[in-house]
Amino acid sequence: MNRVLPWVIGAALVAVPFVYHEPYPLHIMVIILIWSFLYTSWSVMGRFGLVSLGHGGFMGIGAYVLALLWNYAGLTPWLGIPVAMLATAAIALLIAYPCFRFRIIGHYFALVTLALSAIVQQVITATRDYTGGSLGYTPNPYHRGNSIYALQFSGKETWYLIALGAWAVALLIRRQVERSMLRYALEAIAEDEDAAAAAGVHVTAEKLKITLLSAMMTAFGAALYCQYQLFISPDTVSGITVSLQMVFAAVVGGIYVGVGPTVGAIITIVLAEVLRIGFGTAAVGWDNLIYGILLVVFIIFLPQGIVGSVQARWAAARQ
Amino acid sequence: MFDIFDIYLLEALINGVLLGGVLALLALGLNLIFGVIDVVWICYAELIMLGMYGMYYLYVVYHLPFVLAAVICIAGVGGLGVVLHLLVISPLLNAMPINQLLATGGVLFFLQSFATVAFGIDFRNLGIRLPVLEVSGMFLSYARLLACGAALAGMVVLYFFLARTYTGAAIRAIAQDRQIMPLMGVDAKRIYVITSLIGGALAGLAACLLVLQYDIHPFIGLTFGPITFMICVLGGLGNMIGGFVAAFVFAEIIEVSGLYLDLEWGYVFAFAFFIAMMFVRPRGLMARRS
Repeated sequence: MNRVLPWVIGAALVAVPFVYHEPYPLHIMVIILIWSFLYTSWSVMGRFGLVSLGHGGFMGIGAYVLALLWNYAGLTPWLGIPVAMLATAAIALLIAYPCFRFRIIGHYFALVTLALSAIVQQVITATRDYTGGSLGYTPNPYHRGNSIYALQFSGKETWYLIALGAWAVALLIRRQVERSMLRYALEAIAEDEDAAAAAGVHVTAEKLKITLLSAMMTAFGAALYCQYQLFISPDTVSGITVSLQMVFAAVVGGIYVGVGPTVGAIITIVLAEVLRIGFGTAAVGWDNLIYGILLVVFIIFLPQGIVGSVQARWAAARQ
Repeated sequence: MFDIFDIYLLEALINGVLLGGVLALLALGLNLIFGVIDVVWICYAELIMLGMYGMYYLYVVYHLPFVLAAVICIAGVGGLGVVLHLLVISPLLNAMPINQLLATGGVLFFLQSFATVAFGIDFRNLGIRLPVLEVSGMFLSYARLLACGAALAGMVVLYFFLARTYTGAAIRAIAQDRQIMPLMGVDAKRIYVITSLIGGALAGLAACLLVLQYDIHPFIGLTFGPITFMICVLGGLGNMIGGFVAAFVFAEIIEVSGLYLDLEWGYVFAFAFFIAMMFVRPRGLMARRS
């Protein structure tokens, strides 16, 4: 049962765009998959107590490097995405290395990375001559927006399959990490850095590995977002709000379970859409109002998140 | 030509000092709370935003005199600080430190959207136009001068409170050792509530001063929030003197680079300086802990 179920769900998900063509629900599903990818990327490191509020910054770098390379240098996203991921990794290294080397942990680490988010947003806004500032930025369309070379597709079905594939890979990466030695090292570090170091764990190197992985995944997710929406702005792909949104969705879903961030993405996006359709402009702000209360309530009463708590109940009931 | 250049530079330097006073006030409240309760209020700037709305309603809508409105605002935001502590922080006092930070992040979302829903996204201001002082060819904002003066006065009062009163001594003692002080007969819970009250009141004071210079909107907190956190980290979290120094360094960088480039570049340089300093002095300008 447990072995078959993921394959059945996977096959059902792959089949969706072949039998179902309503653009709006497909759009929501693509958005959910892309944000699930991003939230999972955050949880890869957040799960080990490395709470980064800099992922808004990583996302901004990934999206803008890609879009700027395409518009100014004509570099195809096939090369642009790796370059954007490397650029993000370089910035992540620049911030994370001194943090880990000098034992900046806990809320100190959260605040330093928060600064990164703010810096990236400020730089994008300040270089408005090139990036369009807060008005946003659009990658130039190519062949009427349908081209494999430019990674631009007008059909929602194509994007659905791409986003689904990326999301599945993110879950696999996360599972690989959970099964690796890296996990044990990082769990030991999360418990007690000194003890872990004494036991022969290379604290700085192990933390850097997971941070770079998470940052590069975030840049990839940002690239997907940029190519799908064909519009990015400093408020939607960078800054503190985006960072907090990632943390929020991951925590609500549950960061210790693989599909937790995905559940978080479904809940937050569906809630926002329901409010938007049900109440229109009168609902502006209500979704975040509810998220805010939920986040506080979850952290106080259900720190394991929805999926984590349900699993714990289930395990307790079986015994 | 050179004379004019010098006067502009001097003007920017003086404006930097004035801005530094306000930033130092912002950092002070956050540092106090961190130093004593060991919690970071990510939503600190949102408390200031609520205080600014409070000022707007008291002064513009209910026509209270400015000083009375300011007193009510300071007390009100202080009360909000206590409510925040009792509702959100105290259930999490023994949780992982990062959970406390995330919970206040949730409060940030909540307050921002609450302001959007309750007050709308229109920009508002008090409609007070304070004069601009001209001192030997330099133009200095009277509002900033007032803000800097009040910020410094607030800090002096806080200093004497912490240094000269019994409660102040208890607060400093708790900041030094959280485990021992309850054994010495200090009621830690009461001290935390008092500290939250003072921290909130400092946010209220900042709100009264900032409302003179800035328009109010629900996202104004994002303008002050990041820079306040950076100043606190640069000074060493919980280190009030460090935060004070860092505030002036930051303000000078912002004003002087703003003189030659756009204001945003001032922020970019200040933030870049912050990152560079993390390499050199990762524990803050004046490191407190080893």
